[in-house]
Amino acid sequence: MRERLTRALQERDEEIADRWVELQMEQALLDTDIGEAELREEADALIEALVPGLQSGVPVDRVVTSTPGLHEAVVGLSMRRARAGATPTATSLAVLAIKEALLKAVQRDTRDAEELFASAVFMNRLLDVAGALSFETYVEGREEIIRRQSQQLMEQSTPVVRLWRQVLAVPLIGTLDTARTQVVMENLLQAIQDHEALVAIIDITGVPTVDTAVAQHLMQTVNAVRLMGADCVISGVRPSIAQTIAQLGIDLSTILTRATLADALAAAIKLMDGPGPDGDEGDGR
Amino acid sequence: MALPGESTLASHGPKRPARAEGRRPPAPAAYPVRTEEDLLTVRHAVRAATVAVGFGLVDQTRVVTAASELARNAYVHGGGGTVSLDYPREPSGRRGLRLTVTDEGPGIADLEAALTDGFTTGAGLGHGLGGARRLMDEFTVRTGPGEGTVVVVTRWAVR
Repeated sequence: MRERLTRALQERDEEIADRWVELQMEQALLDTDIGEAELREEADALIEALVPGLQSGVPVDRVVTSTPGLHEAVVGLSMRRARAGATPTATSLAVLAIKEALLKAVQRDTRDAEELFASAVFMNRLLDVAGALSFETYVEGREEIIRRQSQQLMEQSTPVVRLWRQVLAVPLIGTLDTARTQVVMENLLQAIQDHEALVAIIDITGVPTVDTAVAQHLMQTVNAVRLMGADCVISGVRPSIAQTIAQLGIDLSTILTRATLADALAAAIKLMDGPGPDGDEGDGR
Repeated sequence: MALPGESTLASHGPKRPARAEGRRPPAPAAYPVRTEEDLLTVRHAVRAATVAVGFGLVDQTRVVTAASELARNAYVHGGGGTVSLDYPREPSGRRGLRLTVTDEGPGIADLEAALTDGFTTGAGLGHGLGGARRLMDEFTVRTGPGEGTVVVVTRWAVR
């Protein structure tokens, strides 16, 4: 069985690749910009990799996973589809379509029904694994994209903006966990140094829940800002948040807090006006 | 703990026409707490539940914050657990939201101390458990060394 298939693969590789590409185009499963040339390249690589896999003597249902070249070909193909935005169904169906192309090639060598049936069963066992692997890779590929995006989101969602001379603001949106706090803190401390800022306003209008963990992270950030010689104002403390923080028993009295960003900016300007007669920073600060 | 009419939503659809004041209570639900992201899911679910019960903004924030504290406790100290939501109703018709937070962790050795503000065995502020008690109307804890912890809290809607 293996020999027949191997022979078909070697002798009719062009034909199989053509048919496979044709099938994929026919199924119109690819709403993506993967062109015929690329499909052809994938087909050639996969068919070429199938031959040593079949000759290796590994049990049929493990050929795909334990032949390095073949494994790579399937993974590479699925990864590309995932990135190009094809659906998982389209991706694994595309891989499975090679069965039909293969069977067609075998059919040209023999007309014996028994043998054809055995070939079909063999191919199923060989290539269903490829379909499953393709699906798995696809999901992994998507998860990688999600991971990357959430990382990007984390960085983009914590901008430090300059509101006034030597006054910076960080509008926080969403939740404040340990990782996020780290990003906020790094960005903010760096910006304080770059702008020689004296006051940093952390606006929590966009933070839906302030629990003890969030409060703790806020306090950490405030402490770090103070270590750099700047002062910190927390703004956007809504009535519901204020009540909740008070009931939780968290003491934020050492931190300057304001209800709105506008109030915070006014407080910040006053803070700067305080020490020097004309608002200029003294060197001895 | 389950409500009588939990079977299917469709089944009591025609039997109970929506009344002017109260929407149908949602079905009880349980959410696992195994990762940091699960805490987010819990907060979202609890927020949606408080809206469904008809809590005002301050009460919404209270309940979500309490849920966040208790779920984090289960995650950090109990090694993960579950948050279940259900919707009790008083004979007077007053509706509430009940959270049951369960973990199979080491349990709380000294409950009195754990409820004291500022007491912590971890790196937190030590206001979580006591804070959650203050944020909710009813609060019970079943725990013991090696027995895991079950915290049941309820907040009633103001009518």
